[in-house]
Amino acid sequence: MGAAIEVHGLVKRYGTLAAVDGVDFTVPSGTVFSFLGPNGAGKTTTTEILEGLRRRTAGSVEVLGLDPWTQAGPLHRRIGVIPQDFRFFDKITPKEAIEYYRTLFHTDVDPGHLLAQVELLDKMDARYDTLSGGQKQKLGLALALTNDPEICFLDEPTTGLDPHARRAIWAVIRTLKREGRTVFLTTHYLEEAELLADQVAIIHHGKIIAAGTPGEIIRAHGRPARISVEGSPELATYLQTKLAIPAVPHDGRVDVELNDRRDALKILSAIDQSGLPWQAFETRQDTLEDVFVRLVGQMDEGALQSEVPP
Amino acid sequence: MNLRHIGADLKVVVRTYFRNPVALFFSLFFPIILIALFGLIFSSVGSGSVTVEVINEDHNSPASVAFLSALNNTSVVRVALVTDTSVTPSSFATWLGQNDDPVGLVIPAGFGASYHLGTPVNLTVFTNPQDASASGTVLGAVQGVANGFNLQRACGGQNCTPIIGFSTQNVGSQVYKYIDYLIPGLIGFTILTSPMFSLVDISSSYRKDGIFRELSLTPLTRSEWLTSRVIWYVLLTFLSAAIMIGAGVGLFGAHVTLTAGVVPFLVVGPFFFVSLGMLAGSVAKTPESAALVGNIVTFPMMFLSGTFFQVSMFPQYLQLFARVLPLYYVIDGMNQVMLFSNTSKALVDLLVVLVGSVVVFLLAVRLFKWRDE
Repeated sequence: MGAAIEVHGLVKRYGTLAAVDGVDFTVPSGTVFSFLGPNGAGKTTTTEILEGLRRRTAGSVEVLGLDPWTQAGPLHRRIGVIPQDFRFFDKITPKEAIEYYRTLFHTDVDPGHLLAQVELLDKMDARYDTLSGGQKQKLGLALALTNDPEICFLDEPTTGLDPHARRAIWAVIRTLKREGRTVFLTTHYLEEAELLADQVAIIHHGKIIAAGTPGEIIRAHGRPARISVEGSPELATYLQTKLAIPAVPHDGRVDVELNDRRDALKILSAIDQSGLPWQAFETRQDTLEDVFVRLVGQMDEGALQSEVPP
Repeated sequence: MNLRHIGADLKVVVRTYFRNPVALFFSLFFPIILIALFGLIFSSVGSGSVTVEVINEDHNSPASVAFLSALNNTSVVRVALVTDTSVTPSSFATWLGQNDDPVGLVIPAGFGASYHLGTPVNLTVFTNPQDASASGTVLGAVQGVANGFNLQRACGGQNCTPIIGFSTQNVGSQVYKYIDYLIPGLIGFTILTSPMFSLVDISSSYRKDGIFRELSLTPLTRSEWLTSRVIWYVLLTFLSAAIMIGAGVGLFGAHVTLTAGVVPFLVVGPFFFVSLGMLAGSVAKTPESAALVGNIVTFPMMFLSGTFFQVSMFPQYLQLFARVLPLYYVIDGMNQVMLFSNTSKALVDLLVVLVGSVVVFLLAVRLFKWRDE
């Protein structure tokens, strides 16, 4: 499986500000790659450079073996893009929009088929300005698919959508992957990335701070799994002494580290034997969101401290 | 340039346009309103009597004075003696052609004497073939008064030759009324304003809404996009020109020559102003400054290129200024073909606009970016 996208040492500077500051990553073809980061981290800038909409300052970028800026024409025939906040001509219907793109791209795709795929068939003849936010986004998705693209770039495709519309878009993304297309997805929603992505990269202040599969990132940067039980600090002391495993009391709960699944029974029976009062327990594992919030938070704190004069 | 791309884009433009009632109103009904408004303000329709310009070569002999006062008393014509002494009967036809009231009468020298002697004498009536009703009125009045004078000289018998007769002559050159100039002027006005305002607006709003960005991801090129706009505004210009000519002729009896010579101007004009609108929009960085640049370019042309007022009425320095305005050449060219039938002058105007259009189009395509650096 070759690489659909290869980025090495990518830099984009606006004046003295580096919006993207030495970014490397590879997206194998046929996979879903999710690009995460807080607002202003450099996500959209990177995405637009890959799409050939923005010129890079330095570094090498290859999308389907093409330079996105100098070979934008041939590239655009092979990729599909839904920009963040997709807008189209107000008075044009989804069917007409697809017919328009079909002529521009010289394809013979059936508008009905494409609109059915994104669940917009019932709005085929409704004018764009009468569509809801989710329906507009679905039209964007349908248009991005008009040219049967090898890579789909989706920049925050579900932002501002209701849960039902979001799930509909997720279903389309899964179909795209099944059809063997590469999907480059930027999103604010970490659960979305965790659900859909094969590979994830987290960008912050223009640099990639974590990359890999969601599981790899959680393992590398997340806290270990733990059993959390409602109980007093005394219970924590008891468990730590008894089991020689870190047990941390906080907010009326005790978190006991769970390095091995088989320790779970040992921990639970120790709780029971303690004779101390305890209530509901649960097992907890860091999600991608926990990791993301901690990584980004740590970096910002670090940045804050380094700015404080000694 | 791919014609299928242009066709597909044109379809979107046409649909957008016809589904937008405000745009439809402004480009199709607004011209009628303008024609009606300016036509009513400036044309002297319904003044009641026809003014007839008179040269009295008989130096106010009692008979000639009596004849003119009888003519004036018919109340269907109003006699106005030509005071300009440089006007002679031989130059009268030309002079009348440039006058607001292009019908005239010449009383020859010796009129009074002939009348008293009973020798036949001929008056000359100058009529305007463009204005049959005024001409008819004057002819009827002169005929009536002459008959009365002939009867007074007791020429009642069968073989009586009337003493006072008259011949007619057409005024020398074509006669133009305000409404005649107004039609090419207002066609020019629409050629200027509708693409300029629309393209300036589109160039900034499409950029803001990311529509250019969206289009840049398709194989549509900027020159194809701009060409489809040019074609659309050419079609729209044909439509509104037809409406304006219809309204001008129908409501105010305007006289314009409809020749194929108008067509190049209805094509090259929109070509120029679509490109200029796009150029103005591309030069500006924000929607506000785009509107400002658009207005700075548009407003002087709106009034000083011969739209509502003929450039020849302006003071000298304004006439010179008008000659740097591209719209001047569009309107002057249309005046040359629609009014003066002066093809060679029209060709010069056409060439000026055509060269300008190509330059502005290429510049607009070059400066108008739909992706960011």
